[in-house]
Amino acid sequence: MADIKEIIGKVCPDAIFEENEKPFAVVPDRDWHKVAEALKQSGYDWLNAVVGEDWGDEMGCIYYMSSSSDGAEVSVKVATADRENPMLHSVSDLWDCARLEEREVFDFFGIKFINHPDMRRFYLRNDWVGYPLRKDYDENPDINPVRLYHEQPDDVSVTYKEEADGSVKEEKVQVFAPEEFVVNIGPQHPATHGVLRFRTSLNGEEIKKIDLVCGYIHRGIEKLCEKLTYPQCIHFFDRQDYFSALMNEHCFCMCVEKALGLEVPRRAQVIRVMMDELSRIASHLLFFGTYCMDLGATTALFYGIRERETILDILEETCGARMTFNYNVVGGVREDIHPNFVKRVKDFIAIMPSRLKEYHTLVTGNVIFKNRLKGVGILSRKDAISYGVAGPSGRASGWACDVRKLKPYSIYGELDFDEVVMDGCDSFDRYLVRMKEIEQSLRILEQLVDNIPDGDYCAKAPKIIKLPAGHWFQEVEACRGVFGVYIDSKGDKTPYRVKINGTCLRLAGVVDHITRGSKIADLITIGGSMDYVVPDIDR
Amino acid sequence: MNTFDFSIVTTWFDNLLNGVMPLWLTTVIECLLIGVGLILVYALLALFYIYYERKLCGAFQCRLGPNRVGPFGLLQSFADMFKILIKELIPINNIDKFLFGLAPYLVIASSFTAFAVLPWGRGLQIIDFNIGVFFLIAVSSIGVLGILLAGWSSNNKFTLIGALRSGAQMVSYELSIGLSVMTIVLLAGTMSVTELVEGQEHLWYIFQGHIPAIIAFLIYIVAGTAETNRGPFDLPEAESELTAGYHTEYSGIHFGYFYLAEYLNLFIVSGVATLLFFGGWMPLHIPGCEGFNNVMDYIPSVVWFVGKAIILSAVIIWFKWTFPRLRIDQLLAFEWKYLLPFNLVNLVLMLIVVAFGWHF
Amino acid sequence: MEVKIKGMKKEDFKDNEYIDKLVDELKQSGQNVVVGKLDQLINWGRSNSLWPLTFATSCCGIEFICLGCARYDMARFGFEVARSSPRQADFMMVAGTIVHRMAPVFRRLYEQLAEPKYVIAVGGCAVSGGPFRKSYHVVKGIDTVVPVDVYIPGCPPRPEAMFYGMMQLQRKVKVERFFGGVNRKKTREDFFKENPLIAEEEHVKE
Repeated sequence: MADIKEIIGKVCPDAIFEENEKPFAVVPDRDWHKVAEALKQSGYDWLNAVVGEDWGDEMGCIYYMSSSSDGAEVSVKVATADRENPMLHSVSDLWDCARLEEREVFDFFGIKFINHPDMRRFYLRNDWVGYPLRKDYDENPDINPVRLYHEQPDDVSVTYKEEADGSVKEEKVQVFAPEEFVVNIGPQHPATHGVLRFRTSLNGEEIKKIDLVCGYIHRGIEKLCEKLTYPQCIHFFDRQDYFSALMNEHCFCMCVEKALGLEVPRRAQVIRVMMDELSRIASHLLFFGTYCMDLGATTALFYGIRERETILDILEETCGARMTFNYNVVGGVREDIHPNFVKRVKDFIAIMPSRLKEYHTLVTGNVIFKNRLKGVGILSRKDAISYGVAGPSGRASGWACDVRKLKPYSIYGELDFDEVVMDGCDSFDRYLVRMKEIEQSLRILEQLVDNIPDGDYCAKAPKIIKLPAGHWFQEVEACRGVFGVYIDSKGDKTPYRVKINGTCLRLAGVVDHITRGSKIADLITIGGSMDYVVPDIDR
Repeated sequence: MNTFDFSIVTTWFDNLLNGVMPLWLTTVIECLLIGVGLILVYALLALFYIYYERKLCGAFQCRLGPNRVGPFGLLQSFADMFKILIKELIPINNIDKFLFGLAPYLVIASSFTAFAVLPWGRGLQIIDFNIGVFFLIAVSSIGVLGILLAGWSSNNKFTLIGALRSGAQMVSYELSIGLSVMTIVLLAGTMSVTELVEGQEHLWYIFQGHIPAIIAFLIYIVAGTAETNRGPFDLPEAESELTAGYHTEYSGIHFGYFYLAEYLNLFIVSGVATLLFFGGWMPLHIPGCEGFNNVMDYIPSVVWFVGKAIILSAVIIWFKWTFPRLRIDQLLAFEWKYLLPFNLVNLVLMLIVVAFGWHF
Repeated sequence: MEVKIKGMKKEDFKDNEYIDKLVDELKQSGQNVVVGKLDQLINWGRSNSLWPLTFATSCCGIEFICLGCARYDMARFGFEVARSSPRQADFMMVAGTIVHRMAPVFRRLYEQLAEPKYVIAVGGCAVSGGPFRKSYHVVKGIDTVVPVDVYIPGCPPRPEAMFYGMMQLQRKVKVERFFGGVNRKKTREDFFKENPLIAEEEHVKE
């Protein structure tokens, strides 16, 4: 990989490079699109995160990019000082996932993206007043009361086209023509796994286009975090992707520890990794169950949940809750493991392979099941990278994107496990990858269960945690893909900005691309195989 | 044959009434009695089936199923019935009110009429046509009409898709049902329900017709499952795709009718399978074992019929709780590309078997 | 009027003053024997056949799935048939946060439920906004949007807690009267008078 300064300097001589944990450059907006193009061509083809931020004097985004093959990272800041009518150039033509990410930034900060094809509100109602994540947002409930009337669906969107002479022109874009047969799948629908809404244009049983509407469970976690101290923030991370609760906490704690330069004791590391893997198995089991239920095989759900309950028992004994644990703290974990923990994990490892076999007999080998899944929802490797579909779904498209291998964190570097990569690119492989990951997680547990070292389960963290000024970005491999946390600190007890970057937004965002031309039933198959969790999309 | 003949009772009752009143009054009274009896049987069977499926499904899914309402949860379906009877019927705007109201009655009427020709027991049959089987197939297709109307009149996109799906599905699978029934009619040489049952006195048709009859049975049970809109063919109401399919907009007892009709159609499909392949109300007879046959004859014929039907429905329920759902194009391809040609070949095979007298 | 629920003793419910008050009120008003018996029969049927609407927004929804599964198995009590269509359901387990954007959808779902209908607020978020109470986009308790019958606190509540709440609902259903007397229609009308729906057209005119 060529030097970052060289790549960026070539197209943008004005770029300022700053010292940070990751290569970091500040690029003026007019050169940003060229820089992005150059970075993409030189191998930084995976857009990890788009972090919108209001720095007070200026507003803008920090883009985190990395290489899809070796994980090399770069971050670029683009900002504008105009608060009245802030505009930045869009990179949605380079990375497909940027389309939704930039709409999110528009929704929260009011930054309009030039050349973005569809600038509508994304999470908030289209009659919402103000941009909530701006620092000068007025939270007076009278401005935005609970409105009990339905918002008008906006089938007309706007785009800001840049002319040759540099002026920007507003244009109308039709989302759905009036004569189209548009069916609302969601927000209250059994197959969307929560409150996601697909406005689906149909031609008979065939899907023509899908418009993704989010925000039915947008809880404003990022804004809430800005008012709380770091330890107080942790519990929010349980409640977005509630299946990867422990991983999300782990990620946030690692980010804070990185900023503090705090060394986590080995015992805590091992416990954290074991908990992560247990919840990964639990999550994949629930995926198995709900996916089969979506396809009509209800009984499989009961089998999957049966084993999940066993894991929940183990977790509950140590962490004290079934779902929202709040177990990781800055410096380690809250409590030491329960005396029964090792024995119960061993029991679980012993029974699980036979149960997996049972699942495969019941479901995987079934002809109907195979026919429903094979060749449905083909997502090529190139598209997977462009849409940022990481995690098991990306690995089913032949993209080795496991952060545990790509950028090993905690003790994953020392562990012996395989990254499951398949190249069928269809729903069936996405299903199989998850089932095989259960086996790999069992392998990790097997290695660790007898080797939990003695020592402290929590490092001595300062009583009042104050992060030095600066910003940090940390990623972990959660159940559904890469989970990232961005923290910006001004040196206070509370974070200045927290950005939670889950994969689920990208998983849901790609559904439109891969369902076109398939049947309604395939939408369920594809949506299920992506396994998104809606609160993780909406935060 | 020692099985009790119910026609003795009915003839005696008929004569008794005729002795004291004019003919027309007798007919009216008998019709009323039969109607009330049918409704009772219908309701009881439905209640039983609701409980039966829940318990079975509980067993498949390693759980208990209803067990708190009454002993072993036996009263669960009664509680459901009381609830659904007094549930509000929501008046909906912008629908075709007449068709919307008519649809559930069409569905229920079709399964109700089919009851009339089922051979419940020896001499216990409401009408004995010489084309009984034909009648059965004809009336059971009225149900499709009800479902189509329900979906269309609700003025809802989900119900419309559900209705279209069910239309395509039921019309296609009716073919398979018709052809597999025809295979057996070919073997039996009659369409009359009574004669069909009597023809199986010594050996059930599934054994008489051996290979083609078994194939016909397999095809029938698959097509029958599709005909009742049950999993893995429950596309018209595919919960995870269309919320509740064609009856999304129905509430209260109207929904209750659809719910009941689903279970009753299950009974009818297995009842017809019993009639065609497993001897109707005829007890299990093994040629040559006189003692065994005599013992079997002591079990009343009604028990034989209902028992066989219920066991067959367990198989269909088993399908539902095991298999994932098909997709609409796979469903239609399965019928038109596999079941139908297979069925036609099977019909020819049966013809050969019958022509050469290779059957038992 | 003694309220009987199998599997749980009356004493276990004694902490619920609200229902006891309701029962006392009913006792005072007196009732015809025939109507009373019929009411009891209907209430027995209703309370034992409460079908939930499959409605879940977040974490509590997963516990609700667990409630239906083998270990907890709500089918035992007659809650088995989870309907996806609100027209056919009897009560709504509001499992999860209701946010501003969801509020009108949620209200409509409630209105689509057929009478008699009940609402259980499951979890801190539904009860009061929970951990997200201070957020700009979260409804502070669903009782500002629809009338709520039972509150189940917890984040998320354990399945056992959900059972307790659902049984309290059964108990509440049992003391109601179908034929006159105390029924909930009036309280609901009062509620809607206090929290009127803003018609869509009116808003558009603004």
